[in-house]
Amino acid sequence: MNTGLPILRLGDVLLGGLLSDLDDKTALAFTDELTTRIANEGIRGVVIDISRLEIVDSFVARVLMQLAATGRLLGTRMIVAGMRPAVALTLTELGLQLTGVQTALNAEQAMELLGWRRPEEAPHAS
Amino acid sequence: MLPDERTVPSGEYPVRAEEDLLAARHAVRAAAVAAGFSIVDQTKIVTAASELVRNAYIHGGGGTMTVEVVRDPAGRTGLRLRVRDEGPGIADVEQAMTDGFSTGAGLGHGLGGTRRLVHDFRLDTEPGRGTTVTVVRWQS
Repeated sequence: MNTGLPILRLGDVLLGGLLSDLDDKTALAFTDELTTRIANEGIRGVVIDISRLEIVDSFVARVLMQLAATGRLLGTRMIVAGMRPAVALTLTELGLQLTGVQTALNAEQAMELLGWRRPEEAPHAS
Repeated sequence: MLPDERTVPSGEYPVRAEEDLLAARHAVRAAAVAAGFSIVDQTKIVTAASELVRNAYIHGGGGTMTVEVVRDPAGRTGLRLRVRDEGPGIADVEQAMTDGFSTGAGLGHGLGGTRRLVHDFRLDTEPGRGTTVTVVRWQS
């Protein structure tokens, strides 16, 4: 199944994003595609941007936790980035802390955690 | 018991196919926006709806969801969701409400977690007679 969800490769990092109308089948297909690419392409880090997700229910939470666990077994660091504050409040009330899933405020901070730096921080060539 | 309310428009939505889960979420989101819910209140009631309709679809073999905008005597607006299935019912309600318990997909936070996202929670179930969950969340 083609999820239609973009997964960009930046060096040895994959950057993917989930969209607001995420259904169960798409979530599982996204997991399959990411896992396959992690293994086939020697990926060191994965960032999943969820800033477009309006809700994270127990199903999506489980998908993210399984993805992080699978990635870890394959030697990859996975970071979930950009959770909306309302989603974070709801998840804690649901009793889900996304145990084992590393998070970042946004995709940029997640990329920094994986060793990427903003261009302006790099020394000038001349 | 649910508080005494004056009921305003309602809608009934099928929970028969996987696409219905998304449609149910959209319907609850639209009702929450119409009821003037904040983003956090919208997110909580839509997440509760998502848990309930998935339960009805996976464990109950499908059913229906009813959405109603309700008001309490003080004029406060709320949303009432009733998710009904004709599935096997729940034999051990106490166990089903416990965090970490699940007989199917998910984390088993479905019912216990959902109860924390709403203000009123009522569960009617009997083995062989299906399950109806009625919840209300009031505007904060």
